[in-house]
Amino acid sequence: MGFSLVDLPWLTPAPADFSARCRSLPGEGTSGHLLQLLATHRLGSREALAFRRALSRCIEAEVDLAPLSPFRLAVLSNGTVDFIADEIPAAAARHGVAVELVIPDFDQVVQTATDPNSAVNRSGPDGVLLAVDYRWFGFDSAAEDGEAAVVEGVDRLFAAAEAIRSHSGASLIFQTLAAPPAPLFGSYDRRVAQSPLAMVEATNAYIVARAADVGGYVLDVAQLAARIGLDDWFDPTQWAAYKVPFSPHCNGAYADHLGRLLGAIRGKSRKCLVLDLDNTLWGGVVGDDGVEGLTVGLGNPLGEAFLEIQKMALTLRNRGVVLAVASKNDHQVAMDALQTHPEFLMRSEHIAVFQANWSDKASNLEAIAKTLSVGLDALVLLDDNPAERAQVRAALPAVAIPELPTDPAWYPWFLQSAGYFEAVGFSEEDKQRAVSYSANAQRAEVESKARDLGDYLSSLGMSLSVSEFDLPGRSRISQLINKTNQFNLTTRRYTEVQVADVETRGDRIGLQARLRDRFGDLGMIAVVICHIKDQDEGRTAHIDTWLMSCRVLGRKVEEAMFTALAEVLRSRGVTYLSAEYRPSQKNHMVREHYDKLGLPLLKEDEAGIRTYGAALDDLRTFDLPLALDVRVPTTAS
Amino acid sequence: MDRAEILSRVTDIMRDVFEEDDLVVTEETASDDVAEWDSTNHVRMMVAVEGEFGLTFETNEITAPTNVGELVDLIEAKLAS
Repeated sequence: MGFSLVDLPWLTPAPADFSARCRSLPGEGTSGHLLQLLATHRLGSREALAFRRALSRCIEAEVDLAPLSPFRLAVLSNGTVDFIADEIPAAAARHGVAVELVIPDFDQVVQTATDPNSAVNRSGPDGVLLAVDYRWFGFDSAAEDGEAAVVEGVDRLFAAAEAIRSHSGASLIFQTLAAPPAPLFGSYDRRVAQSPLAMVEATNAYIVARAADVGGYVLDVAQLAARIGLDDWFDPTQWAAYKVPFSPHCNGAYADHLGRLLGAIRGKSRKCLVLDLDNTLWGGVVGDDGVEGLTVGLGNPLGEAFLEIQKMALTLRNRGVVLAVASKNDHQVAMDALQTHPEFLMRSEHIAVFQANWSDKASNLEAIAKTLSVGLDALVLLDDNPAERAQVRAALPAVAIPELPTDPAWYPWFLQSAGYFEAVGFSEEDKQRAVSYSANAQRAEVESKARDLGDYLSSLGMSLSVSEFDLPGRSRISQLINKTNQFNLTTRRYTEVQVADVETRGDRIGLQARLRDRFGDLGMIAVVICHIKDQDEGRTAHIDTWLMSCRVLGRKVEEAMFTALAEVLRSRGVTYLSAEYRPSQKNHMVREHYDKLGLPLLKEDEAGIRTYGAALDDLRTFDLPLALDVRVPTTAS
Repeated sequence: MDRAEILSRVTDIMRDVFEEDDLVVTEETASDDVAEWDSTNHVRMMVAVEGEFGLTFETNEITAPTNVGELVDLIEAKLAS
């Protein structure tokens, strides 16, 4: 694992037809929403260029680009910025801004700034970016008097800035300088005021302080270049050939950092972090593992990683980001974990809206936005499950959802590098915001509207393969039987020896199911055991055990499993099927499992045990959004 | 990778950069023949080629190609080295 900022790894890859889609713009139904959605991908230089041209055409054709906020940006530089500029429009659109660029001639910073009739000053820019680097200050070699050189350079920069402001009224955006990597003396450079490194550092301190004095903004290029690595940031070939100021492979990262700053200036930064729980905020599945079985805390590598995630969420809360929870879980079980786990840093009072239920995640995100009175475009969702991420992206494209690696230790990197919460100020209100929302986690009503998930489910490309119990599956089967608490109809526990017994006994059928989708192999996710009996009225089957992993809820896997079971029973000459639900502390969610599958309820006793039964020929059939592969011996016993 | 494959990928890049979906590209296609092949688009092309083929041009190579055949030669040589 690693993290490469230049790849913007929190974004999903661009679709193969990205450039073609851009070339078709503007067209019927082109909107700011559509452009923002298109821009929210990982783009290469070709895709970004196609987007730049598409946006220009849209602006030219006066397409209504709401909700994107228009921003005319002039970029003044001592280097060639045309290719950097190719990537700015997509990056800005990603952060809610429709940029129109004004790029004056190369290396004319002072002339452009001071001439009231320069193209930049006449264009009426909303903002001017002074994208100068150390070479503009003459810091490519040692100065005779380092301190004087710094003061002279900073004065020159701010004089140019003041001229622009007085001529055009534009907002000013300054850049910090990346230090040239080559040393003068070596480690001694920091002690010598005339070394390039010392001059760059002193200049950066001045730029930050004086930008604040004049009400300007700062794009922290020094930090960006440091994260990427100065040797990767600078590219002497590009400078020699074209006066391109830094390596083109950093253009995307540079543009995204500029884009998020423009977004913040326009008030587009996001306000609320919505957290998934199982395997996102803690390790494990609380419904199955119990509060004491969760992995969070010191002394365990994964526990440390989840502790860091909680710490990150609290740090964001302290700077004004509102926290919420959206999780497929039982409300009380999840709440207990947050209130009682001894190692947690995060507690229920830190969470403004707490949505733990079995509704689909998109509905819960809508409920959170409504409760907080913010738009969906104010939400960021952190979720370890790629299928959930894809589902919410498809249903609610305005919600920002970072892609995540498999290792949770890197989650904070991905989330915090994506710039969702970029700020251009930090006020008392910001400090209080997260607290001002109800300190007790509240629950929002989920509107029970039927969301058409058919297309989404089909798009997952799921395939379920069902087979009888066998030796390779045995240990995982008994693990599931003994660990699964929530999606478990009878909560009967069997040892591995008993599981092996099912394989050989003629009056038992054990089925195991594995699920794959386009994101990968989810492994074994369902187990069913039936008892077969020959009676006067014919051969019957009774479902002794049915359990599934909660990871596959809402994907119609139950229906597929039921279909597979019916097929197997039919091949064995079974004519009647019965089943039961036995309540436990944790399995309330499947109380109506068989009702949903269309099996008639025959009786419910005082202990809450529900009994079902129907002739095999009367079982309901289903349209399945997945490929079902049933592998069982064809010979009837 | 053979020359035909290189040429096909270069053609895709040129179509993207020049924004011309049905641009016909042969090894003889030269910068003088294509109006859009100006100095700015030359840089865009070369940067896209570096990304597409995972290679890095040296200072004396980057401005050298004046037609597609020379560019394919250069890519072929860089990939072989």
